[in-house]
Amino acid sequence: MLEGTPLKITFELAAVTTVLLFFVSVPLAFWLSSSRSRIKPVIETLVSMPLVLPPTVLGFYFLLAFSPSNSFGQWLDEWLGIQLIFSFPGLVVASMIYSLPFMVHPIQSGLASLPPSLKEASYLLGKSRTTTLLKILLPNIKSSLLTGIVLSFAHTVGEFGVVLMIGGNIPGETRVASIAIYDQVEALNYGAANYYSMVLFAITFSILLLVYLVNGGYLKKFWK
Amino acid sequence: MITAQFNKKLWSAQGGMQLDIQMELQQGECLTLYGDSGAGKTSALRILSGLLQPDSGRIEVGGETWYDSGKNINLPPQKRNIGYVFQDYALFPNLTARENIAFGLRKGESSALLEELITITSLGELQHKKPGQLSGGQQQRVALARALVRQPKLLLLDEPMSALDHLTRSHLQDFILEARQRYGFTVILVSHDLGEIIKLSDRVAVLGNGVISREGSPAQVFMQHKISGKFQFSGKILGIEQQEVVWIVTLLIGANLVKVVVTEKEIQGLSIGDQVIVASKAFNPILQKIRDL
Repeated sequence: MLEGTPLKITFELAAVTTVLLFFVSVPLAFWLSSSRSRIKPVIETLVSMPLVLPPTVLGFYFLLAFSPSNSFGQWLDEWLGIQLIFSFPGLVVASMIYSLPFMVHPIQSGLASLPPSLKEASYLLGKSRTTTLLKILLPNIKSSLLTGIVLSFAHTVGEFGVVLMIGGNIPGETRVASIAIYDQVEALNYGAANYYSMVLFAITFSILLLVYLVNGGYLKKFWK
Repeated sequence: MITAQFNKKLWSAQGGMQLDIQMELQQGECLTLYGDSGAGKTSALRILSGLLQPDSGRIEVGGETWYDSGKNINLPPQKRNIGYVFQDYALFPNLTARENIAFGLRKGESSALLEELITITSLGELQHKKPGQLSGGQQQRVALARALVRQPKLLLLDEPMSALDHLTRSHLQDFILEARQRYGFTVILVSHDLGEIIKLSDRVAVLGNGVISREGSPAQVFMQHKISGKFQFSGKILGIEQQEVVWIVTLLIGANLVKVVVTEKEIQGLSIGDQVIVASKAFNPILQKIRDL
């Protein structure tokens, strides 16, 4: 092993982000798929913004908002004892927002593709919205859930701009693999850059391949 | 006793329509809503079940107020205790037939009724299969059993058998009759099938353009304009064939093929696929009781 920490931080960040994001996105996607509220288009737009906005823009505003010299950053620091700038928790928060559409969109379209009568049948059998979501709706959109989880994970692994802006480049704390590659290339250390790159390439390729195999039903014959 | 009076503005492809319904049902009665598609039948069922909120009105079932726009009462579907069978059955694909039915049980409720329903719907051997592995008629039986597991006061059936073949339909109709006798629930049925309506319902309400235009026993409603000795059937033209000076038109009426002779003048404007009415006035059908065959 050349230097394990940037890779470890990368996958730790991706795992934590994905898990937290999943629990945030399921209710949000459920609301978006069933609501007719007037503010829905605004929320939908906000969720999709990270798709089109340069990550540096996002990072820049995070930097401003979370900075301890700012009132919000100050409040976080004083009341919760959290400093989000140049720290791992800050990276998680920024990554969650940056990967939000990759989790919300598949789940939302999965829920929207179910016939509305499923939900209604469950309500008529006396079940609450939460029970209906957990026992009926989510089990029927497993492939959408898998897609959302994997895309968010892979997308977080591939982050660069946001991480650099808000996390900086602190070895062992916020230096993720994508930044380590940039660093090594700048130092003309191509061997190390190649090592990180190969690992990222191989892992993201395997993850995405697995999703396509599972969702395409290619693996069914092995566990039947 | 169920009394309902409500109205709602509905929007469809043809524009706006005012649904204005007034109905009263005795405990244990079966009422059929009959009418063209888009007349508001399904919307009426959805309003009764709480899935759709009317603009104003009042719904009272067995002394309990489910909806009252004046008093701001609107019970959610969860609290209305209705059995509802959807047109597409709406079975939960992730659960087995048995789990689908058991899903409606309340917490801690015994499974005696569940077993009973599985038995009378003859689902015993199929109970551990998922809906995807069941035929249309079997799925329908699961949907019916599921609708009854909460012992509803009111069972709403939205064209529940339109996708089934004749024999399966007839079995299910028998099952509904039997279940109604056993559990004593009130039924509101949406159906287009005359045979089914006559077999199952005590009363028919004809819905046209959002209002009930005619109401009565199936015999009263459907025999009315046919009582004049006039026979009238609607059918579809399957073939037109010229023979010498006349034309032979092949019609599909119900499940029967009928050939009708037509003159050159009458054939004008008719083509294959047209919906037509075959009527005959000037003949005298002979009615005989079938006995001692």
